[in-house]
Amino acid sequence: MATILLIFLILSLFTPALTRRLGPRVFYLIALLPAAAFVFTLGQTGLVTRGGAATESIPWIPQLGVALSFRVDSLAWLLALVVTGIGALVLVYCARYFAADEPALGRFAACLLAFAGTMYGLVTADDIVLMFMFWEITSVLSYLLIGHYTFKRESRGAALQALLVTTFGGLVMLVGVVLLSVTSGTTSLALLVAEPVTGPVAGWAVLLILVGALSKSALVPFHFWLPAAMAAPTPVSAYLHAAAMVKAGIYLVARLAPGYADTAGWLPVLVTIGVWTMLVGAWRSLRKHDLKLVLAYGTVSQLGFIMVVVGFGSRDAALAGAALLLAHALYKAALFLVVGIIDHRAGTRDLRRLSGLGRSEPALAAIALIAAASMAGLPPLLGFVAKEAVFTAFLEAGLAGDGWGWVALAGTGIGSVLTVAYSIRFFWGAFGTRPAMAPTALHPSRWDFALAPGLLAVATLALGPLSGLLDPLLSPYADTVPGGGDYHLALWHGLEPALLISTVVVLAGAVLFWQRLRVARAQARVPDWIDAGRGYGSLVRAVDRSADRVTHFAQHGGLPQYLGTILVVFVLALGFAASVNRSWPETLVPWDYPGQVLIALVMAIAAAWAARVVKRMTSVLLAGVTGYGLVALFALHGAPDLALTQALVETMTLVVFVLVLRRLPPRIIQNNRPAHRRRRALIGVLVGAVMGTIAVIALGARQDPGIAAELPRLALEAHGTNIVNVMLVDIRAWDTMGEIAVLIVVATGVASLLFVSGRAVPLPRLKGSRSQRSPRNRRRIVADPQASSAGHAVSRQSFLLAGRTMPEGDRSILIEVLVRLLFHPAIIVSVYLLFAGHNAPGGGFAGGLLAGLALVSRYLAGGRYELGEAAPIDPGKLLGLGAVLAVGTAVASLFFTGIPLESAYAAVDVPVLGHLSFGTSTIFDIGVYLVVIGLALDILRSLGSEIDRQSEAGEAGETRETRETSEAETASAPASAPAPEVLP
Amino acid sequence: MSASLTLVVLMAVLYAAGVYIMLERSLTRVLIGFVLVGNATNLLIFLMSGRPGGSPIITGTAQDAGMADPVPQVLMLTAIVINFGITALILALIYRSWWLARLGDEGDDLADEHAGETTSSAEENFRSSSDDDDAVQASLDAGEEEAR
Repeated sequence: MATILLIFLILSLFTPALTRRLGPRVFYLIALLPAAAFVFTLGQTGLVTRGGAATESIPWIPQLGVALSFRVDSLAWLLALVVTGIGALVLVYCARYFAADEPALGRFAACLLAFAGTMYGLVTADDIVLMFMFWEITSVLSYLLIGHYTFKRESRGAALQALLVTTFGGLVMLVGVVLLSVTSGTTSLALLVAEPVTGPVAGWAVLLILVGALSKSALVPFHFWLPAAMAAPTPVSAYLHAAAMVKAGIYLVARLAPGYADTAGWLPVLVTIGVWTMLVGAWRSLRKHDLKLVLAYGTVSQLGFIMVVVGFGSRDAALAGAALLLAHALYKAALFLVVGIIDHRAGTRDLRRLSGLGRSEPALAAIALIAAASMAGLPPLLGFVAKEAVFTAFLEAGLAGDGWGWVALAGTGIGSVLTVAYSIRFFWGAFGTRPAMAPTALHPSRWDFALAPGLLAVATLALGPLSGLLDPLLSPYADTVPGGGDYHLALWHGLEPALLISTVVVLAGAVLFWQRLRVARAQARVPDWIDAGRGYGSLVRAVDRSADRVTHFAQHGGLPQYLGTILVVFVLALGFAASVNRSWPETLVPWDYPGQVLIALVMAIAAAWAARVVKRMTSVLLAGVTGYGLVALFALHGAPDLALTQALVETMTLVVFVLVLRRLPPRIIQNNRPAHRRRRALIGVLVGAVMGTIAVIALGARQDPGIAAELPRLALEAHGTNIVNVMLVDIRAWDTMGEIAVLIVVATGVASLLFVSGRAVPLPRLKGSRSQRSPRNRRRIVADPQASSAGHAVSRQSFLLAGRTMPEGDRSILIEVLVRLLFHPAIIVSVYLLFAGHNAPGGGFAGGLLAGLALVSRYLAGGRYELGEAAPIDPGKLLGLGAVLAVGTAVASLFFTGIPLESAYAAVDVPVLGHLSFGTSTIFDIGVYLVVIGLALDILRSLGSEIDRQSEAGEAGETRETRETSEAETASAPASAPAPEVLP
Repeated sequence: MSASLTLVVLMAVLYAAGVYIMLERSLTRVLIGFVLVGNATNLLIFLMSGRPGGSPIITGTAQDAGMADPVPQVLMLTAIVINFGITALILALIYRSWWLARLGDEGDDLADEHAGETTSSAEENFRSSSDDDDAVQASLDAGEEEAR
């Protein structure tokens, strides 16, 4: 059985490709698969008749007890035959129904085949979770099949309706399935039914599952999706919405009925809803003049009917239900296919525009007559046999004292009267001759178009007299229902009460049809009390609208509101936690040293002031004051490494801010209303207070001594005396590795935000930079073409390589000299910091930052060509090299010690330099050093050079061609004023 | 553990000012708020090292006993550098958004993305699906027979 499903899956995947080659003939090919499954299921007949079951199980999720288990017993056998048999016939029918130029035929064929396979899986699955999975797949495939005509509004709407309704039911059902399988401890349907679980939880679970079944089988109040789904191609209506998918709910109720029919609520729900559905469907069917809608409402009605019968929970009703299910599948599929042929050949399915089809198409009329008669329950057809069985079962239940028996009998009796009426009306409407109308012209078609409905009609005709043979095949299922009974399916039971009821029903139905004008007038007077379809529409709209309101309320798409929400939640949650805290630190000193208060005061004033100013640069400088304040605090607190790093970082941050903000307008436009300002101030103060409280609590919460005591020993083990640095490059080197990874990502991010067309743009270099490096040229007094035109100093000594590329007004002799003097010492100090860091304040981070600052000074003094000359290397290569060194240290030690980042040391006594200890952790630190330089260089190249280039390119259009454009500009640079390369 | 109340209060002030600035609409102000909150957070970690002490550099003398707790310092050192990196990234974002959105003198003050939307404009979003539903209803109603 699993193999069959696998073949279904594979063939479905290849069907679109096959359709491209074969056209509609592909349906003949793929019909072979359900036909083979049909034959395979027929082969299981003997086993099933003996009351046995074919089983198969493949473990799937053993932790949840879910398995790919299949079980074919009498009921599953019946359903499997229906879905595969009718599936094969419908596929054959499709080959004639669709023209070769039908759009998206491959998708349609694949979905229909996959649907047949899924239905087969659904009815043979034993695991209830697996069954549910197939259940949901049918919903999705039905969505795709109903929506086949994607260009039609009603097609799309109907598809979505069907999907929403059935998946809503499915979701409710899933809750029931989980409840039931958890309560019982098994997911096997067979076990669940054989040993039914009881109790309130199981009761609710079963009722939830019923909701799923009712929605799938289109019972009131979910029935509206089925008539809407008639927007699908007719083969889909015949297969999904008459024979197969809508039977899934019936199947599930039939499956559970032997174990759960006596659950509280089961019988009232199913009988009242079923009877009501039968009446509503039949009532509305009588008013329709679209033949397909007549059948659709008829199907709704019949589904209600079958639901009452299979859910009734007596042995005889179960037998009758199985027979009725089969009969309905046969005649309703046949009728839909006939309507499809009429629609196809006459171009209409409006019964007011059809005339004389009975005379011109006698064979088709005969097929329809047999099917419609079976629907009406006329002997000697299968529909009659089934209906007899139903009436007998209800009658006997009623006579045995079951009140619901009488309700069901009366309800289905009246429903059957209406069924007879609409059956006659259907046949009359489709094949009758209107005296006033000319016979409808038909397109010719080949005989085999009617093959599928013909075979179904033959089965309907044959199984009536042969129902005695059907009885032993279906009774093994019926016998699983407790309570007993001895009814047998047969065409002739003698003059029994059921026969009398049938006769009355048929006669009354005929009278209704005879008096159809009067009936129609009476119907028109009855107002539409409740229209479930319209109710669905307004419900969906209400959900849409309220979702929109909620989104509108919660999300304006502005950062301040989102941040504010997060912070308010933060204050509430942590404020509450802090308010119930009981562990306060014993001692809090007002200050560590008097100077601390002074520094803190300056920082606090700067922070408060920063909140008020409107000039960009001022607020940046004030924020910088707090940063430099931290430097002082760190230095006075015994943290020289921190002070050093913070000082370097703060300086670098200021420069970067200036680099970017020089392009933005100096004043920040304030669009904040005063009310907002008060709210912001409140949130700010609350966050500050909560954080202060948390800090105090955290100080008091420490119970064990810190790990600091152990660290000196560990640091000495790692051949270093600066504990902070040793921890960074050795003890906690993994952390550092992660952190330099962040830096690499950040650098790449900055570069990619600025270099839109790719970061591998050529470095801005001077022409002939090599010759200019020679000392002779350096000292030469150069005539500056720009300077001479400006009329100022005619010539000047070149301190910096690229000094001349700067506009005269931007140059400062003082800065050029200073940079010339300081750059090389700064690089040397940075290297010193890198190597000294192991034993004294410094390290890779501080060294890298200092080298970065040295580069910053070159850029500030000489512009982007100076930067290109100072560091003629792609920052990406520096970052990469740094990462390679750091990761290499980790990986290399893996080979020697088996532990990543385990350090090794080599100590030598070198004359003059003294005792030198060189460890692999130093290599790691060099990696860090390079990554930090790479970051600084990337930032300078992006936020410095590239912004320069972009702003110059913006001005270049109307003013002058700068002499360096040809060198650095790429073709993508726009010529007009600040125009983005990529439009948003 | 003991610590200086001054530092706790300073941290709270930095947080309050940072959050206040961060809740503004201008991206530059958001970034400045971020810098202040970053400094405040560094201070929070720093507070956990307790009272001041000597540098955590081993000298082999009696001074080593009064060493400050190095663990928070290690945590902060990388945090400081990463703070810088993130600041640079946000600055690049600010510049890029200003450049792309052609904000000009508006600076970096971006309007709320959905500020102009009303309930009726939201109705437009659902127009397609409700039209589909109406079409379904219409096709069903069309099949209704008039009493003749």
